[in-house]
Amino acid sequence: MILDRVIPAGDGILHPLPAGCRLRITDLEGNQAVDTLFFALPDTAERYDACATIQAQRRLYLTTGTRLMSSRGRAMLTITEDTCGRHDTLGGACACETNQVRYDLGKRHMHACRETFLLLLAGAPHGLGKRDLGHNINFFMNVPVTPAGELTFADGVSGPGRHVEMRAEIDCLLLISNCPQLNNPCNGWNPTPVRVQAWA
Amino acid sequence: MHDVLHAETLRGGDKLSFVLPRHHALTLTAGGPRTALALLAFRAGRTQERYSMPDTLKAQHTAFLTRGRVLLSDMGRVLLSVSEDTCGWHDAISGHSDAATSRARYGDSSYQTARNAMVRNTRDNLLIELGKWELGERDLHAPLNCFVKVACDPDGALRWTANAAAGQRLTLRAELDTLVVLSNTPHPLDPWPDYAPDPADLAIRRVPPPAADDPCRTMRAENRRAFELSEGILA
Repeated sequence: MILDRVIPAGDGILHPLPAGCRLRITDLEGNQAVDTLFFALPDTAERYDACATIQAQRRLYLTTGTRLMSSRGRAMLTITEDTCGRHDTLGGACACETNQVRYDLGKRHMHACRETFLLLLAGAPHGLGKRDLGHNINFFMNVPVTPAGELTFADGVSGPGRHVEMRAEIDCLLLISNCPQLNNPCNGWNPTPVRVQAWA
Repeated sequence: MHDVLHAETLRGGDKLSFVLPRHHALTLTAGGPRTALALLAFRAGRTQERYSMPDTLKAQHTAFLTRGRVLLSDMGRVLLSVSEDTCGWHDAISGHSDAATSRARYGDSSYQTARNAMVRNTRDNLLIELGKWELGERDLHAPLNCFVKVACDPDGALRWTANAAAGQRLTLRAELDTLVVLSNTPHPLDPWPDYAPDPADLAIRRVPPPAADDPCRTMRAENRRAFELSEGILA
């Protein structure tokens, strides 16, 4: 086991993953969004690219078989198992400033994923920061897009104990924020812990 | 119509970056069905703040941009407003071409053999322009694909749809001084087997600040709040 940790809602993790390892994220109590970014190691200028991933599979949602593509066109990880069914990569990560726009100017004080990302990166040796916060994956989150191009945040694709598993194709750095959003149904209105495991 | 302060034609394959000052409007006019302009936007002089695709889309509950919508920064401010659009759909989600996808579609092409008719790809074009502002790969986030329509089926399958035509216009009004980066290069999901991008005309005009009843401001409560954040002293 390289990693086995329960991440409370509102917390996160920054951890290296060697090529060939398996990564499993488990939605312990259900309906929890897990905001996730990957950076290549040792050159972190190469990183997870949401649009390249969508484009490569010509499909919006991530599930078993999806190759998570890098900004330089390489597969970083491949999703090998998925008991949830689909995951979002359009919705991005919540932030204090965008919560103000989306919900109310008075919402800035509420904890948000990008705060977790910035704090984890600030304490790390990789030289990563706000510039590097690209468009992330939201595991277990449901953001359907209609044929007319409407985008909504919906509830209800995940459930207690559902998990997603992937294989790292290259050495990479995992960055997770376990989403603390209380203003929409992405966490079922009640953010809960997730389990993150990796093994060789 | 306000006086045109600058006008030029961006050839197929060409690129350009410049600062569009606050309350100036950039009108992009398609030269033909193969005009596809990838656009990045940053806060001029404070480029750590930039156009954010997910923040823009989720605040406005849309997967594409058209008239009345705005390009939000990752700090919740309006960089650009879509004040005019005769086209109806500008893709925000399907990304751009790179050297590899371009080579796979069109084969090898180099300056040595094709001189300035060589195939250009969007990623390399954007990286070159970003480099002129001391920006780079880390700053290359999802572009807005002007004049491109990529819709999706209920199961999420992407569908490129004919959208651009000669004379179609898109006008973006800067609400803050904005660094605009453009690449006029084919979209990787378009159906044409050959590389033959159409040109685009650019025109810049000074325009009045958006009024209280400006359609981009009043489109949604989210837009009103984003304008409030852009127009306040903390912006």
